[in-house]
Amino acid sequence: MGPHSSPRHLDKTTLGFFLVQVLTGLSSAASLFLVAAGLSLIFGVTRVVNFAHGSFYMLGAYFGLTLVALFGDWFGRGHLSFWSAILCAALVVGAIGALVEMTILRRIYRSPELFQLVATFGVILVIQDLALWGWGPEDKLGPRAPDLRGAVFILGQPLPRYDLVLIAAGPVVLGLLWLLLNRTRFGILVRAATIDREMVGALGVNQAWLFTGVFFLGSFLAGLGGALQLPKGGADLLMDFTVLAGAFVVVVVGGMGSITGAFLAAVLIGQLQAWGVLLLPQSTLVMMFLVMAVVLVVRPFGLLGRPELVGHGRQMLDDPLRPTSWRFKGLVLLLVLGLAAAPLYLGTYGLVLLIDILILALFATALHAIIGPGGLVSFGHAAFFGGGAYAAALLVKYAGTPMALNLVLAPPAAALLAIVIGWFCVRLSGVYFAMLTLAFAQIVWSVVFQWGEVTGGDDGILGLWRAPWVRGRIAYYYLVLGCCVAGILALRHGLSSPFGYALRAGRDSPLRAEAIGIDVRRQQWAAFTLSGAFAGLAGGLYAYSKGSVFPNEMAIVRSFDGIIMVFFGGVQHLSGPLAGAAALTWLKDSLLRLEMWRLLLGLAVIAIVILFPQGIAGFLKQRFGRFVGIRSELSS
Amino acid sequence: MKPLLELAGVSAAYLGAKILFDLDLSLADGEVVALVGRNGAGKSTLIKTVMGIQVRRSGSIRYDGQDIVRLPAHAIARLGVGYVPEERRVFGDLTILENLEVGRQPPRQGAPVWTTEALFEIFPNLEELRHRPAGQTSGGEQQMLAIARTLMGNPRLVLLDEPSEGLAPVIVEQMAAAVGKLKSQGLSVLLSEQNLRFAGVVADRAYVIESGHIRFSGSMQGLIENADVRRAHLSV
Ligand SMILES: Nc1ncnc2c1ncn2[C@@H]1O[C@H](COP(=O)(O)OP(=O)(O)OP(=O)(O)O)[C@@H](O)[C@H]1O
Ligand SMILES: [Mg+2]
Repeated sequence: MGPHSSPRHLDKTTLGFFLVQVLTGLSSAASLFLVAAGLSLIFGVTRVVNFAHGSFYMLGAYFGLTLVALFGDWFGRGHLSFWSAILCAALVVGAIGALVEMTILRRIYRSPELFQLVATFGVILVIQDLALWGWGPEDKLGPRAPDLRGAVFILGQPLPRYDLVLIAAGPVVLGLLWLLLNRTRFGILVRAATIDREMVGALGVNQAWLFTGVFFLGSFLAGLGGALQLPKGGADLLMDFTVLAGAFVVVVVGGMGSITGAFLAAVLIGQLQAWGVLLLPQSTLVMMFLVMAVVLVVRPFGLLGRPELVGHGRQMLDDPLRPTSWRFKGLVLLLVLGLAAAPLYLGTYGLVLLIDILILALFATALHAIIGPGGLVSFGHAAFFGGGAYAAALLVKYAGTPMALNLVLAPPAAALLAIVIGWFCVRLSGVYFAMLTLAFAQIVWSVVFQWGEVTGGDDGILGLWRAPWVRGRIAYYYLVLGCCVAGILALRHGLSSPFGYALRAGRDSPLRAEAIGIDVRRQQWAAFTLSGAFAGLAGGLYAYSKGSVFPNEMAIVRSFDGIIMVFFGGVQHLSGPLAGAAALTWLKDSLLRLEMWRLLLGLAVIAIVILFPQGIAGFLKQRFGRFVGIRSELSS
Repeated sequence: MKPLLELAGVSAAYLGAKILFDLDLSLADGEVVALVGRNGAGKSTLIKTVMGIQVRRSGSIRYDGQDIVRLPAHAIARLGVGYVPEERRVFGDLTILENLEVGRQPPRQGAPVWTTEALFEIFPNLEELRHRPAGQTSGGEQQMLAIARTLMGNPRLVLLDEPSEGLAPVIVEQMAAAVGKLKSQGLSVLLSEQNLRFAGVVADRAYVIESGHIRFSGSMQGLIENADVRRAHLSV
């Protein structure tokens, strides 16, 4: 405010300022709403949470970029050319979504939830590399929309003109979607299938096409979201995860399956962002936590969501626990002895790999505890792995404490984080849980990434020197071996105790478990915390093994590493995570030399999910089941 | 005369539990056949087996001369088999009219063609409720809607699972009249019933099923007169 402003003028500017703030919030809600609405629609009908939805959004932006330029060359740079380019970009993305549905998801609708999530995650990896290959690593500036440069003034306050388009886009798309869902046969079938898709099939509707149609629509919306925000945000290779976390928050707050709920939640989050940035830049994320907390406490299924949509997913195969046989114990002992002797027969490089494998195996075992016996697929365990690593690193940086103490403190620090995050997440189950854990991990990651003054941001924290007694590689190897074996055995022991049984009971039949006096939610919360603590230990060991920490340790990809290891190894066995860790490390080690390792890893993962829709363990059981006395019921 | 529906040596199982054993059954074009049996006898399972939902099935199921045992439910429905489930399974959030729209299929040769108007004539209660969400209607109305929705697919054969279950006597009578009308239109009906009176009014023939086996088959009249079979395999 200038020195001349009279009180009345001041009122007017304040009002204008408020208005512009609200409008900015509304404009940033648009993309979020489009992505969340698509996610919600797809989930409603297919019951698959498409983790690749953020990637479709990113593709929308990139294709928009290309098509705007292309159409500009062909047809001039007028309105028609610009807007048809945006629309075409969305259509292309819709077609890609339909293709993904037909080639991948169609084969795994009956698979356990974990497999579906893994498969869509594979799609993310593939798209990341394809986008990198197609459009290069640099962030791209978006093209300006014709005649929408500059700003309009609202009560004397500037608002970018293009924001008006975005503000209108939300309600317009909401209205069009409403018409589509209520006034067309396709829409009525979609709504019916959201309620009871088997019945829709029994009435003669070919679900395959319905599902493909919904995937097209959902991906189209995501692509439109990405293309529409181009003039404002441009395109970059990180936007898939950024928007995914935001969309998950919106869907959870708005209520899964509700388009209107998604709109309300997107508006809410948009306002939070607009005002948060203004009041206190670092507070945006904290406020997001708070809003989610309030909503989830008051309405566990979101503003307009309904409980019946959230049911428990198809559970993983998990064999009943058997007391470990002497033979098995002998094998474990042999394995440990073999590992203990490793420095005798492995070179430096092999030892480094083995350290990685052991640490990852501990991480995977911790994650397995919540996925297998807990029945909850956490997609955010990197937060605790990275939490442990950063706890150790921050202690070094700010307190100068010795390594031993830092390693001891890393697990409780990660556990603390798990307590907070777990409090929210265990209120939900199934895919909701997976989405929320991913969203939280992404929030923690962005705090670390953005809060450079404290965490060093992208540059990470260097200088984690090991104590003199483990400075040598071999000595550190033994420390890691000791910690990991102890950690894995401790987890194993905990899960075959009454605590573990109660956890399984809660997974298999929550109502009955409650009836016999088990507080299922508390049990899961405790397991989540415990799991977080061990992941934190793995993170601490990892930090000291590398001597440095970077935000990557917390990124979604690290969470995915954990999921993949559990997935590779199966959820049955103690040896599963170890085998999974070895497989992943080996795969990455051989793929990383190649140019497009993400693409290859993604394709490998997708292929495994498709070839073994019941999991590798399930496949073996089916294949060789007759040797252990399982017969198909009909053949008897 | 060649039967419209013919089951030979059909077995069926849910995940883990075998329920139906080696059943034979046939139904001629235009016939109304009742499946009767106690709770848990396997009536609904048999109907789901024909429709191809939820169960794993084996044996031969021929509809209109075609083997349908490997077809998915939607393809079977597309051949003209309509299914009205025991639990009705109307789409609660959708209005009555929208529910009917979900069931709509193109006209089919050899089957009567239904319009919403024609259905409202049989089920007048539905007409005034047509804009109301199905979830906010009574059990009887939902049963009528479930039948009407299936008829929108212009089926030749309707599988009707316990149409009288849990309904007031007046509505049961209405149902019986409706089934009569379907028969007079030339539709074939396979219905499961515990209510022998209802079955007696509408059905030509009956099969008695118990523990997944067929224990009796014959004319409806024959069953009603056969006290031994009734005592042995039916509750009352
Ligand atoms: N989805 C299912 N999974 C496993 N078993 C089932 C399932 N549905 C039914 N059953 C079992 O199959 C058997 C036959 O059930 P069905 O529903 O066919 O009986 P019904 O004759 O229709 O009985 P009612 O008159 O009570 O409807 C019962 O023992 C039942 O417990
Ligand atoms: Mg029944």
